[in-house]
Amino acid sequence: MQRTYEIMFIVRPDMPEEELDKLIAAFDATIVQGGGVVKSTEKLGRRKLAYMVKKCNDGQFVLLTVLAGGSLVAEIERRLRVSEPVIKFISVRMDEEEKRLAKIKAIRATRKKLSAAPAPPAEPAPSVAAPTEAASA
Amino acid sequence: MTAESTHPRPEGSGPASSGPRQPGARPGGPGGGGRKFFRRKKVCKFCVEKIDGIHYRDVRLLQQFVAERGKIVPRRLTGVCTTHQRSLARAIKQARNIALLPFAARF
Repeated sequence: MQRTYEIMFIVRPDMPEEELDKLIAAFDATIVQGGGVVKSTEKLGRRKLAYMVKKCNDGQFVLLTVLAGGSLVAEIERRLRVSEPVIKFISVRMDEEEKRLAKIKAIRATRKKLSAAPAPPAEPAPSVAAPTEAASA
Repeated sequence: MTAESTHPRPEGSGPASSGPRQPGARPGGPGGGGRKFFRRKKVCKFCVEKIDGIHYRDVRLLQQFVAERGKIVPRRLTGVCTTHQRSLARAIKQARNIALLPFAARF
């Protein structure tokens, strides 16, 4: 069962750029080997942490968007835990949320069509409204 | 519609209206109906601005709903609707886990 996950992790701030690239490449390789697909990798740059993590006050954030199964995510998490420069990570399942958003978008699109369609024939609308007012009065 | 919703108590209920009423104490009231306090109707930011995905990554957005000490601000103060408050709380908790938001502010 392939699902979309977002895996974000924080690397120690004193890690040089090339080694960070190497680390990300290694994670990408493990994902591909495990039968997953790396949709995107994004380096979000250095950021100050909201609280101290392993005696670090800031860190380099990396975001992976991955299409993978549950067992593969567990494996990636294990590797993240083991690897020394990674100080914190989180993996979030995104597909349900995406599905929900797509549904909302579709509903909104149909609504817009409905609201756009009766806008040109605006003249008959008051004539409809007038009898109802008369009926209520 | 708004005038109805801003009526906290019916007008006819109080023969014992102890406080002296000051009409027009605050401008901007609907019709200036002699009420001392006029509270603006709160609306859900996410419904009004049509923000549908509340994501743990946009700290700017989440920070508006976190108090100074790092607490999640209750719905009754912010006016966020139930559905959005639930997903907002989830996003804030995820952001705390990845150190984007504090669990508690340090002093």
